[in-house]
Amino acid sequence: MSRAPSGRADLLVVGAGPAGSLVAREAAAAGHDVVVLDAGPRFDDEDRTERMAAHLRPDEGSPWPRDPERDGYTTGGRPYPLAASRVKGVGGSTLAWHGMAPRLRERDFELRSRHGVAVDWPLSYADLRPWYARAERALGVAGAADGAEGPPREEPYPMPAFPPSASDRILAEGAEAVGLSTRTAPNARNSESYDGDAACVGYGTCRPVCPSGAKYTAERTVAAAEAAGARVVDRAPVRRLRVDGDRVTGARYTTPAGEHVQEAREVVLAAGGVETPRLLLLSATGDHPDGLANSSGAVGRYFHDHLFAGVGGRVDRETRQHHVGFHTTESHAVYDEADPVVGIKLEFLNDAGPTPVGVALSDGSWGDELADRVREAYGGHLAVGALVEQLPDPSNRVRLDPETVDDAGDPVPRVEWSLDSRTRRGIERANELQRRVLEAVDADPTWTVDAETTGPAAHQMGTTRMGADPAESVVDPDCRAHDLQNLWVAGSSVFPTGGAMNPTLTIAALALRLGSRLADRLSGERD
Amino acid sequence: MKLSRRDALAALAGVGSASLAGCSGDGSASLPVDSLVALAETLYPSAASGHREFVETYVDGRTRGRPAEREALAETVADLNGVAREWYDSRLPELSRADRDSLLHEVGVETAAPRRDGTLAERVRRVVDDLLYAFYTSPTGGELVGTSNPPGYPGGTASYHEGR
Repeated sequence: MSRAPSGRADLLVVGAGPAGSLVAREAAAAGHDVVVLDAGPRFDDEDRTERMAAHLRPDEGSPWPRDPERDGYTTGGRPYPLAASRVKGVGGSTLAWHGMAPRLRERDFELRSRHGVAVDWPLSYADLRPWYARAERALGVAGAADGAEGPPREEPYPMPAFPPSASDRILAEGAEAVGLSTRTAPNARNSESYDGDAACVGYGTCRPVCPSGAKYTAERTVAAAEAAGARVVDRAPVRRLRVDGDRVTGARYTTPAGEHVQEAREVVLAAGGVETPRLLLLSATGDHPDGLANSSGAVGRYFHDHLFAGVGGRVDRETRQHHVGFHTTESHAVYDEADPVVGIKLEFLNDAGPTPVGVALSDGSWGDELADRVREAYGGHLAVGALVEQLPDPSNRVRLDPETVDDAGDPVPRVEWSLDSRTRRGIERANELQRRVLEAVDADPTWTVDAETTGPAAHQMGTTRMGADPAESVVDPDCRAHDLQNLWVAGSSVFPTGGAMNPTLTIAALALRLGSRLADRLSGERD
Repeated sequence: MKLSRRDALAALAGVGSASLAGCSGDGSASLPVDSLVALAETLYPSAASGHREFVETYVDGRTRGRPAEREALAETVADLNGVAREWYDSRLPELSRADRDSLLHEVGVETAAPRRDGTLAERVRRVVDDLLYAFYTSPTGGELVGTSNPPGYPGGTASYHEGR
């Protein structure tokens, strides 16, 4: 395929993940000329099962290829595993994501007003609510409106929920014993055939690869955008944005064959919570010496993620782990509490303990001896996980590291990140609840992921935060850069705070909102 | 429990190999089926049966259209048979299950990492791992260790919420 630029496009989108592809689809469907550039390759559908097999074999690493020359990074403070936290390519990190698709809760938009911490969003849940409904249709979410404690919905989920698992029923007994309500986990995964894609067939390997296509990936949206006329170019990393005054005129990008400039009337950055701020910082000019859109100094700052907390144990009961690769029950029971102030979403795992094939290929033995070991290692596991909120802190940041350069000679991103006491307190509270749930069903805890051993959930947020005040934020409530007339950002980097919910549905809702407004703007109906 | 052609096809689906019709090979190096079946009888738990159909179907599908893979497999098995003849005066199919087990230990397969171009132990480990992968991602292999829907097998979305 040609990777040469098109003529001046109506819209240039940088990044073909869920945010970029949804914006592109909206604009292309309205008849505008749209070009999408993605740094990574387009992955063949036919290889999906082989990728799953690679995942199931121990020591084979990620099934999604990485390019350390292109994607180098450094870290400061607590090590951040960036390479393992994203996929570069058409579809972006939805290729590897778990597919959990909850909405943020009302409280998440009002942390300053309710609790005097962090900031409020410049939007409310009510503002985003209709876009959430559209996002659930766009991603294909299976769920049930069974949570007593909201947030309010305007319509049913597009697909019926996956029923609670065998282990959910055991853990629900424990949750009830300690006074925790439970609810169905919304899944961006087909519980029935949806929009031409098949229902889930239970490969059990959703994260990091779904061979059946039942889990949403942004490849679906890319296909829809292309069908509507968008041009999606892979292996085309954008190196710099070009600026004239307060307008972005286009982007310089490289391909395996050379270097090009794509010009456009409007430009959307949708390259994720690390590469989006990096590109803004790399694109500094004499007029914008600290990077584009950075008069506030907030570009790259306020980096935050969700932290995983978990406790697992074993019971002398059949728990049916690894039959599927997704959660079916969660609890928001303590999410809105003030102490600790950070949000906590509890999740009942359906993939606790090792897989049979994982044990079989790492044990070394064979025959009856191996089968006995696999049987013993596999059965009876239960685990309760959690996502714990991290409040934004300006000292947690993505910056350029001039000491290390990528394959194009550009400074790599440096992720400087640490945990604060509120987050630690949230992890401790989650662990306490998880232990109590397990003990209530006579499961002796055998492992704990606590504040010392925790890791990020691969949800990079906050680095181009949204706000009404140009002195304290990078983009305005429409997701347009305060400093530039035609530069927009889609993705979780605009989140002022991230709650404790998996971010992709909110990314999608904001992207649909932005795409719709850009389509109108390009049509001359706005401005 | 009897391994079936369905088990083999399920395992093949889990490694991304083309589905089969007829399974008569593609004209490249012939498969050492007898030796591979003998190996599987040692690798799989004694409660399993039906090895021949399972192994023949799986290995043929796994190497179909991949002549270099088929050749490497045949060479590894031939080399292992060479050692078996040297140490036990018989090829794998003629050895007892206990002797095959001893042979694998003596070659060093238990502690070897799988490598296509490695030592004999490493090359045999690769064959062993592939046969174990097939077994433990098949429905019958899963059942023998406590799951009707092992990861890698598309066993549907009913079993995870059944039972108690």
